[in-house]
Amino acid sequence: MFRFIGRRLLVAIPTLMLVVTLAFFMMRAAPGSPFDTDRKLSPEIERNVLAKYGMNKPLGQQYLDYLAGVARGDLGPSLKYKDKTVLAILKENYPVSLKLGLSAIVLASVVGVSLGVLAALRQNRGVDYGVMTVAILGVCIPTFVTAPLLVLVFASKLGWLPSAGWNDGAAINLVLPVTVLALPQIAIISRLTRAGMIEVLHSNYVRTARAKGLPARTIVGKHALRAALLPLVSYLGPACAGLLTGSLVVEKIFNLPGLGKFFVISALQRDYTVVMGMVIFYAALILLLNLIADLLYAALDPRVRLG
Amino acid sequence: MSTSILIPRSGKGAEAIEAAAVKGRSLWDDARRRLLRNKAAVAGMLVLALLVVAAVVGPHLTAYTYDEINKDDVWLGPLNHGHLIGTDSLGRDLLARLLMGLRVSLAIGLIATFVSLVIGVAWGAFAGYVGGRLDEVMMRFVDVLYSLPFIFFVILLMVTFGSNIVLIFVAIGAVEWLTMSRIVRGQTLTLKQKEFVEAARAAGLSQRGIITRHIVPNLLGPVVVYVTLTIPAVILAESFLSFLGLGVQPPMASLGTLIANGAQDMELAPWLLIFPSVVMVVTLMSFNFIGDGLRDAIDPKDR
Repeated sequence: MFRFIGRRLLVAIPTLMLVVTLAFFMMRAAPGSPFDTDRKLSPEIERNVLAKYGMNKPLGQQYLDYLAGVARGDLGPSLKYKDKTVLAILKENYPVSLKLGLSAIVLASVVGVSLGVLAALRQNRGVDYGVMTVAILGVCIPTFVTAPLLVLVFASKLGWLPSAGWNDGAAINLVLPVTVLALPQIAIISRLTRAGMIEVLHSNYVRTARAKGLPARTIVGKHALRAALLPLVSYLGPACAGLLTGSLVVEKIFNLPGLGKFFVISALQRDYTVVMGMVIFYAALILLLNLIADLLYAALDPRVRLG
Repeated sequence: MSTSILIPRSGKGAEAIEAAAVKGRSLWDDARRRLLRNKAAVAGMLVLALLVVAAVVGPHLTAYTYDEINKDDVWLGPLNHGHLIGTDSLGRDLLARLLMGLRVSLAIGLIATFVSLVIGVAWGAFAGYVGGRLDEVMMRFVDVLYSLPFIFFVILLMVTFGSNIVLIFVAIGAVEWLTMSRIVRGQTLTLKQKEFVEAARAAGLSQRGIITRHIVPNLLGPVVVYVTLTIPAVILAESFLSFLGLGVQPPMASLGTLIANGAQDMELAPWLLIFPSVVMVVTLMSFNFIGDGLRDAIDPKDR
């Protein structure tokens, strides 16, 4: 297993290199610079500023310098937020995104799996059709539709929940954004669970378990669910990527101080180092989550051998 | 594996095979029949047909144009002064804007999907057909791209080159081709070695015959299914960009920009949020129903 992890980490290095390269040159190809202000800088000042950030060197040299920095774990200073390093900005803001994302994925897994199992056990009956209708709706209604609609109902009209803001992560402020983020995932997870469950319930070993007189609860909980959750585990990687996209919108709508909000603003302001730092951070996160999903998969399915 | 596959099974199966042979139904006849029996898919097709007609013809029929500013008709609710579903903060007719937005969103969906189709099929079929080392390298490249946080690169692209509509097509299409190439490559790879292809070769069918009669129809199924599921994904992606202010630029509208603007003014004018949202959801749902129906109809495994 350690060899497997080692090899995956080795493959991750060229992937991250590619990410850095793409991000670097795309950002530099953009017209404008982080030092464009309303007032034109005098040539001397501009030269000094560029020299301070090493941006007077040829582009290839800058790229190599940046790569060397990344390899040392140094993402450089922000070009817009004075006296802040990119790492400091990441550290300050990712807990918000992380808390949102984790809460959403936990909520989505618990609700999605329960609904999926329920639908599978009552296949082709009212409950099943109800769950599947909700699942289809959940996939088709985008977050930027659910978010304002829920705000309109629960914050503006009923006044039960705050319409926006972080409030140091108070539970009541989390309800709406986490729900909005989780809804599409609930839809997908319940569909996956239902499909997996139905297939497993028809398999030979479940029939054996029934034949030897195990109680229904043991069959479902111990034998069937474990196998039915396998497709779900391999979905977790892409699910987290989906949460990222979702949180860009959710953080904007609910005005939350997470990374997603920073990304668009920094890209528009040409804050090269912050944008690249965030892309690298997210890419590394996705790679890590995919690896964890694969390890979980192997842990759950005795037939899978890591090699 | 036993040899029993070669011996025709007795009973119902054999009769069915014989009946099929008599009638000579093709793969596509079968698929069409199954698709038309699927109520959700048929409903999806009808609704989609209506939406397409509305998007193509609609903008020419409205009393107002999508960018016409009417200073006296600001913030009108539905059914006021000939504005069927109200107006926005500049007094622009929401119906006209909605029809225009639908047209733009559908066009983006179709064109970007076409871009992804061309890249994905070419890449996947080539890798699958050539096989070996090259195939490995090409698919590893796809694997690497898969693990990129794509939405960020699309955002970077839009920021870098400005939000012009052609770029939206290309950017989204360039993201969506990955899955397509995997599907096509996998299909080509397995089809190459299938018994029925070998049988056709043994029966003396020409190379061209094998490709047109056996490879293409079998490749087409999954591709068609994936295309119908890619279109709503593309429409959604464009809306995300528009929502973040990076998509279609005003006064032009897409469903995404309309919803984004509606969300800003929802306290004052909820209709600006509700109508575009409904159209968006109905559009996405009809595509998804058609896609799911097609998958069930074409994939013989789930019969």
